[in-house]
Amino acid sequence: MSNPKEAIKEKSMVIQKDMLANLFTELSNAKANGKKVVYTFVPGNLTELILAMDMLPVYPEINALQSGMRKKSGSYIKDAEKMGFSEDVCTYVKCDIGMMLNGNIGPTGEKLPDPDLLLLSYTGCFTFLKWFENLERLYPGVEIAMLHTPYQEDGVITDDQIRYMVKQLQEDVIPKMEKVTGKKLDYNRLEKMLGNAAKAEELWVQVLETAKHKPSPIDSYFAGVYYMGPLNTAFRGTEEAVQYYEELLKEVTDRMDQNLCPVTPEGDMKEEKFRLVVEGPPNWTNFREFWKIFYDMGAVIVASTYTKVGGLYDQGFRHESGKPLESLAKYCMGCYTNLNLPQRVDLIEHYIKEYKADGFLINSIKSCNSFSAGQLLMMREIEQRCSVPVGFIESDLVDPRYFSYANIKNRLESYFQMLGQRKVILAQEEEVAA
Amino acid sequence: MKQAPERLTSLLDECKTLAFDLNFTYAKQWKAKSKFRILVGYLPIYVPREIIHAANGMAVGIMGVGDRKQIIKGDAYYQSYICHLPRGVIEMALDDNLNDFDGFLFPSICDCVRNLSGMFKLVKKGKFTRYFDYPQNFEKHIGGTFYLELLETVIADMFKINDHKIITAHLNNSIALYNRNRELIEAIYDIRDEFPWRLSAVDVYHIIRAGMVINVEKHNEMLAEIVDLISEDFGEPMDNIRVVISGSFCEQPPIGLIKSIEMAGCYIVDDDFMLGSRWIQGSVDETSHDPLNAIVDAFLTKSGPSSAIYDVGNPKSARLVKQVRKRNADGVIFCAASFCDPALLDRPDLQKGCDDAGIAHINFQFHENTGQFKVIKEQAGTFSDSIKLWV
Repeated sequence: MSNPKEAIKEKSMVIQKDMLANLFTELSNAKANGKKVVYTFVPGNLTELILAMDMLPVYPEINALQSGMRKKSGSYIKDAEKMGFSEDVCTYVKCDIGMMLNGNIGPTGEKLPDPDLLLLSYTGCFTFLKWFENLERLYPGVEIAMLHTPYQEDGVITDDQIRYMVKQLQEDVIPKMEKVTGKKLDYNRLEKMLGNAAKAEELWVQVLETAKHKPSPIDSYFAGVYYMGPLNTAFRGTEEAVQYYEELLKEVTDRMDQNLCPVTPEGDMKEEKFRLVVEGPPNWTNFREFWKIFYDMGAVIVASTYTKVGGLYDQGFRHESGKPLESLAKYCMGCYTNLNLPQRVDLIEHYIKEYKADGFLINSIKSCNSFSAGQLLMMREIEQRCSVPVGFIESDLVDPRYFSYANIKNRLESYFQMLGQRKVILAQEEEVAA
Repeated sequence: MKQAPERLTSLLDECKTLAFDLNFTYAKQWKAKSKFRILVGYLPIYVPREIIHAANGMAVGIMGVGDRKQIIKGDAYYQSYICHLPRGVIEMALDDNLNDFDGFLFPSICDCVRNLSGMFKLVKKGKFTRYFDYPQNFEKHIGGTFYLELLETVIADMFKINDHKIITAHLNNSIALYNRNRELIEAIYDIRDEFPWRLSAVDVYHIIRAGMVINVEKHNEMLAEIVDLISEDFGEPMDNIRVVISGSFCEQPPIGLIKSIEMAGCYIVDDDFMLGSRWIQGSVDETSHDPLNAIVDAFLTKSGPSSAIYDVGNPKSARLVKQVRKRNADGVIFCAASFCDPALLDRPDLQKGCDDAGIAHINFQFHENTGQFKVIKEQAGTFSDSIKLWV
């Protein structure tokens, strides 16, 4: 097992770190400052609406993944299991509940404030619904708003679905926010935030698309999960987020102009040997070791589906200030896990072709059926359509019991050998053809 | 001791055969009688079968393969940590079992079933597949409108196949038939509540499951006859405790498991095995000028407790306790399929509800093809003994 050194950080990383530190300080002072706190989820989040109402968001799945990275999730999960939760169920839920049982201490070591509103944005994951039923019981008496996001079962967003969501926003979600905060929603403010969101989204897409360059200046999965942070959490719609993505784009464009490979925790990658598209969330408990297996082998993730759970901006979606609620509705329905399986396969095929990937890899997560169920069929479809080598590994989100370093490394090494061999064969074929 | 009537025995045999006919022979023969008939398969748990009936179709429950079909291809489509039901269903889809089905509905019970709807699209099974997205908003003009539009979409799917237009009288007739169906099913549960020895839980299971693969008219005839037959006195009561089973609403437990629980000394006086057949509590208005809206109203206001529905304001734990009280049960057996997120994520709260109400409970997990029941029988037997001795 490796023992990674202190990670090397670029300016954008420092900016993001400061943004997050400020947020958690603000959260820890929320009650004293009279700020209302909303617990909600990342996919289909209504950050602009929350911020326009002067509320502060807390994302339980972010708490869980941070607990995973801080090596605390194992004990939290066991505490939730002692409470009656089965070993079989989602570890994000168990980690979050275990964290609450242990005082709800956030990443800065301070207690996270209790919610004033539980906003269940039920997008792309059935377990969210069960998760919030459990939260509701742990925080009795807290106001609850449910936003049901219809699934794109037919591969399109229909007018009926948009109307359904807008009505829920108008008649349930916003009135509950107004009740909790004691103030009316300022639509002008919301529209301004949606305008800011669109600017940040545009910059984010430009960042993602730099990975089309050879070599790619970014890793769209391992670094991508950091890059997407401000947009997917508490900052979308703010000037700060726009500034962060301006800085990030500047950095990656500079790298691209210099033909540099991605930054890793151990500095610049020396050589891009393999370009991959990855499906599925990463493992958080052993994140750096997991990433290291890839960069040690010269493998760069040029596109990933996980970085689209908070929105498919690279496929054209932008928040719009003109019709704010319709825009929020379309955003929620367009998140990756709310796409049907044929749409997901089409998207991956597009990525493989557009980003000129050498292979396709699935990291199948034990406790995330929203991603995992159907992945083996998706893999077959991709193999047939794209004729690229496909790989399959298994791990979990935050349960350290399901991360087997040796097994994953072994499988990946075999996979990279296969990719290497294929490159040799393709080069020989090209030579013969020439 | 008076023996069970012979006619009852033959009806139960017929139900047993129908319930586990994974080739759906009866349904396919029914369809073959007219080119305008259609078959619409649906996964657990609930779809309003009335609209399919009114569209000259038969709604056919696809409840998994249990331990009746060897899974070969299905295991190559699912990781080991995903429940067993979908691998059996995809096995049936890839074999010939589901040939002649025109469409498939996948109720929004979990992400596995949701994604299975996409897998059916990818393998191009059926003329239509729909993820049946229950509204989670229960306001008539919000969730009700959304649900109405969903029903209209399914009706349009069926119309494209057989050109059969649903008229008010037909839909009211279908509603009446399913009202009768639920009424008869409840009558069987009520008789068993009082005289649980007249039918075993396995018998009841076969009776209800048979109704998911035949036309409602025939099922109603069978049910009515069974109700008459079990209204007569026969059999001997045993020194069993009375239990409610909770958590088996999607992937179905193997028959051996149900049998083991009863043999261990537990009368199963209520359960959620075939929840879809009992989803609507009471009747749907069968005289409405707008029967589609009557179905919507029933969903919004008469749905029973389910892990598929966001239960804010009407917690499932309180409803389970109410069910236990109604059936005068001694305890609850939480019996969920392995890797069943909805059932297993509900379990801690349901257990707490039982604890708070002083109701004894145990739990175990199963796969639909579990083959060893010794441990389960011992566990259920100990549960039964402890209640008899100490409660």
